[in-house]
Amino acid sequence: MENMIFDTAEHLFSDFAEAGFEAMPVHAEDGATEWMPDLWTQIEELGLPTTLLSEDQGGYGLPPSCGLGLVRLAASHAIPAPLGETLVANWLLAAAGLPLADGPATLACGPQITAQRLQGTADRIAWGRHAQTVVVLSVDSIARVHRGRVSEQGFNLAAEPRDTLTWDCEAETAAAPVSEITFRAIGAVLRAQALAGTLEAAVTLTVEYANERQQFGRPIGKFQANQQPLAIAASQTAAARAGADMATDLLPLALTAPDRFITAAAAAKQRAGEAAGMVAGIVHQVHGAIGFTQEYRLQALTRRLWAWRDEWGNEAEWADHLGARVASLEPNGFWPFLTWTGDAA
Amino acid sequence: MTIPFAFPAPPAGSDHSELRAEVRAFLAETLGPDYGATLQARSWNGHDPEFSRKLGAQGWLGMTFPKEYGGHGRSALERYVVVEEMLAAGAPVAAHWIADRQSGPLLLHFGTEAQKHDILPRIVAGECYFCIGMSEAGSGSDLAAVKTRARRDGDGWRLNGTKIWTTYAQHANYMIVFCRTGDSEDRHGGTSQLLVDLSTPGITITPILDIAGEHHMNEVQFNDVLLPETALLGQEGQGWSQVMGELAFERSGPDRFLSSYALLNELLRVLGNAPDQVAQRAIGRLTAHLMVLRHMSRSVAGMLENKENPTLQATIVKDLGALLEQEIPEIARSIAPADPVPGPQHEFAQVLARTLMSAPSFSLRGGTREILRGIIARNLGLR
Ligand SMILES: Cc1cc2nc3c(=O)[nH]c(=O)nc-3n(C[C@H](O)[C@H](O)[C@H](O)COP(=O)(O)OP(=O)(O)OC[C@H]3O[C@@H](n4cnc5c(N)ncnc54)[C@H](O)[C@@H]3O)c2cc1C
Repeated sequence: MENMIFDTAEHLFSDFAEAGFEAMPVHAEDGATEWMPDLWTQIEELGLPTTLLSEDQGGYGLPPSCGLGLVRLAASHAIPAPLGETLVANWLLAAAGLPLADGPATLACGPQITAQRLQGTADRIAWGRHAQTVVVLSVDSIARVHRGRVSEQGFNLAAEPRDTLTWDCEAETAAAPVSEITFRAIGAVLRAQALAGTLEAAVTLTVEYANERQQFGRPIGKFQANQQPLAIAASQTAAARAGADMATDLLPLALTAPDRFITAAAAAKQRAGEAAGMVAGIVHQVHGAIGFTQEYRLQALTRRLWAWRDEWGNEAEWADHLGARVASLEPNGFWPFLTWTGDAA
Repeated sequence: MTIPFAFPAPPAGSDHSELRAEVRAFLAETLGPDYGATLQARSWNGHDPEFSRKLGAQGWLGMTFPKEYGGHGRSALERYVVVEEMLAAGAPVAAHWIADRQSGPLLLHFGTEAQKHDILPRIVAGECYFCIGMSEAGSGSDLAAVKTRARRDGDGWRLNGTKIWTTYAQHANYMIVFCRTGDSEDRHGGTSQLLVDLSTPGITITPILDIAGEHHMNEVQFNDVLLPETALLGQEGQGWSQVMGELAFERSGPDRFLSSYALLNELLRVLGNAPDQVAQRAIGRLTAHLMVLRHMSRSVAGMLENKENPTLQATIVKDLGALLEQEIPEIARSIAPADPVPGPQHEFAQVLARTLMSAPSFSLRGGTREILRGIIARNLGLR
């Protein structure tokens, strides 16, 4: 089942990869990529947005590595759509006992939830203007609501919409299944997986390029001076992926033992964010000038790396979180802490 | 082309927390409260045969060897737990370390029944120690350039040559010697591995003191050393692929990212419960890196357990691990300033000094950083 989903998704994403890249505005300051309605229709037809759900919630009962693995896969094709947000929105809605999302969904924190009402503003909401459902978390309540008013249209370095949404309306509300910090940690894992997929794609593209591009009569990949940094890039990518997978496997604990999940999520986002900067530098260096152009695909990947490492908490934020957690341990508590947090199930 | 980036988690239920608790309790009891940071900072260089025998008695050596050779038939992940706890405690594991990590598994794969029955039970008991006979003066990274040679002599072999940098040869019972046995033009062909009893006449072991003046490494000379026919390990002429297999075992474990652990632990003690913002962030970052490396290293153990070949994954862990091990002293000195003074005056300073002096070896021993990255590049399809 898992393989079947990955295969069909891979098919879909590679079909749309080219069009997704073409849809990016030429100039980085031109705003966000246009919505691709066909892409989203097919994502829904394949049932991808419910992949995190158990069977009784209307999903397939697959492990979280499947659902969040789709986020990595989509990112490796630079697919412009809020698949990750919608997956998590459905997962949270199901956990809260609310109806699943209509259409594309996104996640927000900030506005006030009082009995059946939502009031306030949320900034830099991913794909906000296109979301039909927004899952809003506030203190100990969760709300399911329409996108509200788009009070400002923004975008990120990768030309993805990052909008300000404002509500003063009725909403379906429930007790929040997770705390605000857990919510943020879930977002961090989404971006860690997306970073891992983007890193894989960037390294793969660069290795292929290095084997084709000739200088001094041979492929530039034959030069040790290029091989060694590419090996670093591969190792950094492997670490980013490993961290993201480690936290992904612990996702169910977000509902039951959040401390352990948050710790793993913090490590995942810190590690992936650090890898992103390092690898972006290497893949551009190995590409030379061609990688620095608008028309060559690398920029769609590296601009995502630079955008996503700062979303849902950058390396510093999550390192601070982990550092504070470690400082709160008993003397000699560090090793027990490490072995407790890391080992899945 | 697909690049194998994944490090699958070991199967659920393989954290073996009961075993972990048992090992932890044993270590606390056996090492005692006076086993301080300075001793721990030797990492896996502390040599104590009595401790090794105690581990043997606990059933924690040769854990994965089959029962017919005295082993315990346990999983690679159980062994991982034991090894990791030893490293975290800085336990004095050097006597048996190489035998348990690589020589035993190598014998298990390539040894004759007689060799296995003779040696493996003694490794399991913590009584039989090995050293690694790969490097020579003219053959470091370029291992295929070895000149040490064994010639057929009557029913046995006559061995001549000199190995160098041999860790703990002075305490070992055996060396597995990688040498030439044929005249093949092919650099990899014509090599074999020999199982050499170090008490055989004609062997001279000379100390080489390390940067801190300590005696771990040696030069080992073989002067017309006569070995029985049965000294051949595995197949004649297959030395190269066997030694590559041995290196895969050598590189596969958590010893490749925990060498500076004692310093990190000591740093945390010095910082206490109220580190400043800079220290807190640095510690958080190191924690993230360690968590991820543990996940990767456990994944390698899981692959070994499934009889998959984790050579590439182990190489990646070793390269990333050495970076972290070498960063720890630099970070420690930046957030908890102290002159790194050898000697017993100040524990943090002493552990820092010891770790600083060990650090250069982390990216040399077991294959240099550049060689590891060459292996990764080959797997990427660049070579
Ligand atoms: C503490 C310690 C313990 C050791 N214990 C043992 C032991 O028990 N048994 C044993 O057999 N050996 C042992 N060694 C030796 C170790 O395996 C070698 O040091 C290692 O293989 C490197 O060889 P070398 O020192 O001759 O360096 P060299 O091979 O001369 O390399 C020197 C530098 O050049 C680089 N270099 C070399 N070739 C290339 C290339 N093709 N491309 C790019 N860069 C290159 C290397 O990466 C390195 O940075 C030990 C070493 C140390 C430091």
